[in-house]
Amino acid sequence: MPPRGDTTAPLARRLQSAAAAPAVLFFRLLEAPFQLIQRVGGLRPMPYLFLAPNLAFFGLFVVVPLFVNFAFSLTGGTNLYLSDRVWTGTEQYEFLLDCTNFTDPLTCREDRFWKGIFNTAVFIVFQVSFLVLFSLITALILNRKIRARGFFRAVFFFPVLLSPVVVALIWKWILLRDGILNAFLVSLGLPKILFFVSPEWAMFWAIFVSIWAHMGFYTLILLAGLQAIPPDLYEAAEMDGTSRERVFRRITLPLLWPNLLVVIVLALIKGVQIFDEVYVLTGGGPGTATQFIVQYIYTTGFSSQVQNFGLASAASVVLGVVLFGLTMAQLAATRRKDDV
Amino acid sequence: MTNRLKTMLTSGAVALCFLASSAAAQTELRMTWYNDGIEGEVMQSLLDRFEQDNPDIDVTLDVVPYKAILESLPVQLAAGEGPDLARVTDLGGLSEHYLDLTPHVSDPAYWEASFGPFLQWLRRPGEDRAISGFMTQLTVTGPYVNKTLFEQAGVDMPGEGATWEDWAAAANQVAKALEIPIPMAWDRSGHRVSGPAIAMGAGMFDAEGKPALVDDGLKKMATLLYDWHQDGTMSKELWGSVSGSTYLGANEDFANAQVVMYMSGSWQIPQFAEKIGDAFDWWAVPAPCGPAACTGMPGGAALVAMKGTEHPAEVGRLMDYLSSEAVLAEFYGRTLFIPGHLGLAAAGVDFDTDDPRARHALQTFAGAVPGISPTAFDLQGYVYNRVMFNALISRLGEAIVGELTLDQAFERMTQDITRQIAEKERGG
Repeated sequence: MPPRGDTTAPLARRLQSAAAAPAVLFFRLLEAPFQLIQRVGGLRPMPYLFLAPNLAFFGLFVVVPLFVNFAFSLTGGTNLYLSDRVWTGTEQYEFLLDCTNFTDPLTCREDRFWKGIFNTAVFIVFQVSFLVLFSLITALILNRKIRARGFFRAVFFFPVLLSPVVVALIWKWILLRDGILNAFLVSLGLPKILFFVSPEWAMFWAIFVSIWAHMGFYTLILLAGLQAIPPDLYEAAEMDGTSRERVFRRITLPLLWPNLLVVIVLALIKGVQIFDEVYVLTGGGPGTATQFIVQYIYTTGFSSQVQNFGLASAASVVLGVVLFGLTMAQLAATRRKDDV
Repeated sequence: MTNRLKTMLTSGAVALCFLASSAAAQTELRMTWYNDGIEGEVMQSLLDRFEQDNPDIDVTLDVVPYKAILESLPVQLAAGEGPDLARVTDLGGLSEHYLDLTPHVSDPAYWEASFGPFLQWLRRPGEDRAISGFMTQLTVTGPYVNKTLFEQAGVDMPGEGATWEDWAAAANQVAKALEIPIPMAWDRSGHRVSGPAIAMGAGMFDAEGKPALVDDGLKKMATLLYDWHQDGTMSKELWGSVSGSTYLGANEDFANAQVVMYMSGSWQIPQFAEKIGDAFDWWAVPAPCGPAACTGMPGGAALVAMKGTEHPAEVGRLMDYLSSEAVLAEFYGRTLFIPGHLGLAAAGVDFDTDDPRARHALQTFAGAVPGISPTAFDLQGYVYNRVMFNALISRLGEAIVGELTLDQAFERMTQDITRQIAEKERGG
């Protein structure tokens, strides 16, 4: 019962009921057909029925485009509509995979595709390893009772909120010939470095900027995992006099493993998809030193005068197969670890 | 029904009819546009005037980055979702999407007489009658120099008939004397390299008129460019710092007096007049010579009508207005663009500037037109010229940073061109 003289509570309740009325009406309308389906088919079809809207969206925007992409990869010419395109069978794949020596892109007919693959592989190895490592270290530090912990958590998460293009432009201004970093080097009496002219420096900064931009997100996941570990385990270990290193190996790491796995899988997938940041930062250069596979697909399909949708689609399919293989390998590895 | 209600209903019905009829009469045209300088502003003022005189037509100017004109517009057009009109630079490459305005303009003979040779650049191969648009600017590629730096360094500027090697040596001398970081810079563009390559003897086409980019002339020019990047005459920041056919210009560096000599083109004039002003003497010089010619490349941007438009008659009216001699004289005069209208080119345009440097540059580039090699005109009119330009810069860029040898780059250029043209001709 509301307090005497308080007329706001019933009013608020009335307003809430009025606002909820359309939703209530909608669900009442749905109730009858759902009850009918359950009466006829039993409980078994019900989960599928509830999943159906999501599956329909997934099918329409993911599965159908996959098949359309595959169909495109079997065609040639520059027409946009599938019905207007020329059937070429596996010709685009043969062109992409025509190499004398697969370890040397220059022996391949489409050398840029293979350079894209190699560059992406190098990027993933370094970016994912360092990203996971730095995220873990940062999460461990931010999990401790340090001064201004909230501030530091915000600082590490802030770059995640920025658009990739903004991130790349900020770093580009820092790294240009007359950028802040070179000004700093000159103030120390050192010569300027043309970072975007050297393949090694360009790859280094592509990896660095990518880690800087995304680390906060992964740190947050690991931090959540660390906070979910029961503190009494650490207390028990402390009472037993267990060393810090052993606590980390025997308690923290095994209990954090599910979160770590999520981080590795997500970082790997995002790593393979890398495009926007690096495209704005280095433009894929110098030469093709930071041209990754997604940029190759974009350039082939969209930014050439002859927009080769067939070849771009075939490259996408090859990339999809590689990603599928990686995911399967990772799943297998996880299953083995779980079995152990 | 009360009288008041009746009055309200009648007024409502009349208002609805009025709104419906005015909505039906208003035709909206969309024009996709990009800017090099102030031409968007000028075009908007011309469109405002057109709309005042033609209240049934509403024209929306969609200003987009130049990259969108090169990359997004072709996809939009192929999907049938393009604008009614667009300002384009891939003149022949998009010709399959152009509307033939012949039945929609009031005087096709005026178009032929005023834009004759440029209309051919907009036509599909084998076509010789269609009228699709007009040149919003004619451009000529050529170099600018920072004359003030030459004077400060006490180095004489090479004169008439000087070669690219002469200019490179002089620019190096100036840069060395004054510690300027970049003696010479060229836009990272195949179009920019083609003029000097033709000057070196590049033929660009074989006897049957098929593309033949790599020959001795092109090799000479490409080798020079390669060497200049290795010896520091040119900075690798432009040609070596990005991949593929990405365009990069050195206009900012030139405007900041970081470059002694800058190979670009006439479209930079309005920008330099505004940005540099009288901070230093920026001077356009005639195209340096090679053994075969002293030539730049012609080019430009055109405003074209698209065949996907649902209002061809209104597009025709708009194009009639914009292409009229008086309107174009104002447009070219205010934007400081070299006229792509034969009558105005012959009569001369009253350019809206007192800047002696801008006037000199306009005179230099306009004066270079008669000397442009016929091969350069053929290349500009060739429908797949961008395929050739892109192969040239992307592979030469890879050679400059050491990923390919020059010979490998030449081989790849030919393969790229053959493959892409075959793909295009396969259908579409």
